[in-house]
Amino acid sequence: MDWIALLILIIQCFVIALGVTTAFAYLTLFERRLLARFQNRIGPNRAGPNGFLQPVADAVKLFFKEDVVPSAANRAVYLLAPAMAVIPAIIIWAVIPFGCLDIRGNWQACFEPQATTPLQNILQVAEINIGVLYLLAVTSIGVYGITLAGWASNNKYSMLGGIRSAAHLVSYELALACAVLAVVMTYGTFSTHQIVVAQAGLWGIVPQFLAFVIFMIAATAEVVRLPFDLVEAEQELVGGYNTEYGSMKFALFFMTEYIKLIAVSAIAVIFFMGGWRFPGLYTLGAGVENLAGPMAASIAVGLASLGAFLLKLVAFLFLSVWIRASWPRMRYDRLMDLGWKWLLPLALLNIVYTAVAFVLIPNETLASFVLLALGVLTLVIAMGINRVPKPVDNVTYVKDLKEMG
Amino acid sequence: MDTLIFIITAAIALIGAVAMVVARNAIHSALFLLLNFGAVAVLFLLLYSPFLFAIQLTVYAGAIMVLFLFVVMLLGAERIEDAPDQIAWQRPLGIGLGVVLMLVAMATALRASAFAPPPGGEALATFGDPAALAALLFTHYLLPFQITGIILLVAVIGVVVLNQRGRHRSEEAGREDARTRRREDARR
Repeated sequence: MDWIALLILIIQCFVIALGVTTAFAYLTLFERRLLARFQNRIGPNRAGPNGFLQPVADAVKLFFKEDVVPSAANRAVYLLAPAMAVIPAIIIWAVIPFGCLDIRGNWQACFEPQATTPLQNILQVAEINIGVLYLLAVTSIGVYGITLAGWASNNKYSMLGGIRSAAHLVSYELALACAVLAVVMTYGTFSTHQIVVAQAGLWGIVPQFLAFVIFMIAATAEVVRLPFDLVEAEQELVGGYNTEYGSMKFALFFMTEYIKLIAVSAIAVIFFMGGWRFPGLYTLGAGVENLAGPMAASIAVGLASLGAFLLKLVAFLFLSVWIRASWPRMRYDRLMDLGWKWLLPLALLNIVYTAVAFVLIPNETLASFVLLALGVLTLVIAMGINRVPKPVDNVTYVKDLKEMG
Repeated sequence: MDTLIFIITAAIALIGAVAMVVARNAIHSALFLLLNFGAVAVLFLLLYSPFLFAIQLTVYAGAIMVLFLFVVMLLGAERIEDAPDQIAWQRPLGIGLGVVLMLVAMATALRASAFAPPPGGEALATFGDPAALAALLFTHYLLPFQITGIILLVAVIGVVVLNQRGRHRSEEAGREDARTRRREDARR
């Protein structure tokens, strides 16, 4: 590796780390304004035009807060926990392709499943052949920050939050991994870039509709957002694992949650929404090449693909805020039931569907639509079975009592 | 470059392993073991085995250690080590056996012929590749692979059965309770 490549790598890392932290800051503003709209309020609009400087004001406030370590806390682990939470959230971005900008001007290579010349894509830090496994490995390590914070604070509520997080995250990881596995089976590769390339024509949501639904539910649970935020349920656990944290250490947990949210949305875009692809991207590249040469075409394709990716990402983030505004928190036993008795079996079923469909039906497009039909059918049946029956034993027998007089 | 990374990683792995044994607090031990797992995962990467790297992190660091932590936290067992040892001869025996194991390992390593050179060129490109690994698992090692699968399946079914049995009893008791309550209500 020569030093130019190393320099590019370092710049990429800096840009991504700073980019996702900025994205986190503005996601909080985005969410607060949107939530306010959903609830018929106005939301923060005082700092700067339309509240544009609100995240800056929040950051400054958090920096100047007193930094307290509880005297009975386990000091080393207490200090380590925020770092262990935030590091996985940031390193997960290494394998996510934001777009495809070949710095040598070889833009056609972006669209070839087996590139003849190696691609030099600067919009992805690491194109490795186990990208998907890397994503799963890093998400599975993300549990530690929360769990250890709960334990180290030496506070009963924090501890309950920590224990809940361990049980909850391990349960949903399984369904998440199985949903992702079906996507890998569909495209036959672990590389995130190759998965995006393979979604030419049909986006991943068509063959893997069932996986998409499971992935969205499990991913929301994995980032402990509202319908599944048992880990930090304010009404019962004060604030859960982060109760005893203040100042920037609290901000790091907050940051972790939102960066992870952006990350799972990005992963959903890559697996199910065609990543940086959109119809006409290749035509755009060809047109610009005719006008201004291959380098300009490469930059045009790169910027257009980056824009498409970010647009899809924002759409997913909007969806996630919408979900948060619409659903109340689940009960804990229901949460476990959903994860183990519904999502996991459905995900396993989906793996079977995928394998059988692609082996029996030689035409891939046909197989994709068959899978879509199977997925929708299965979801409808599952919802039919899952209707909550009348809780007979809990009914008060008013009529009986009246008859007894 | 590779040698330097190897030395640093190996040192971290060793420190993690020793500290894990020495630490008095079970949670600290778990964290040091996690450090050790992470370092071993990096060693797999150095051996051109990205698949094992990912699996090591997912399975050991991501699942098994989380369950360890969960159990330790749930039982509040993190300070149990403070009590004096119940079995006096346990510690010397453990150290002795450890030394014997190390000697055996060293003897094996020294007796083996020169280390196999890392595969170069074309072999390296597919070495440790998930597809190559899967092909081996489904052809050459099919029987062991399937036996492992069946053992795991038995464990899963066992968990469900044990859980169902407990649940059944408590549900029966609950229904019984509800019935007696209703009867009492009616009597009143």
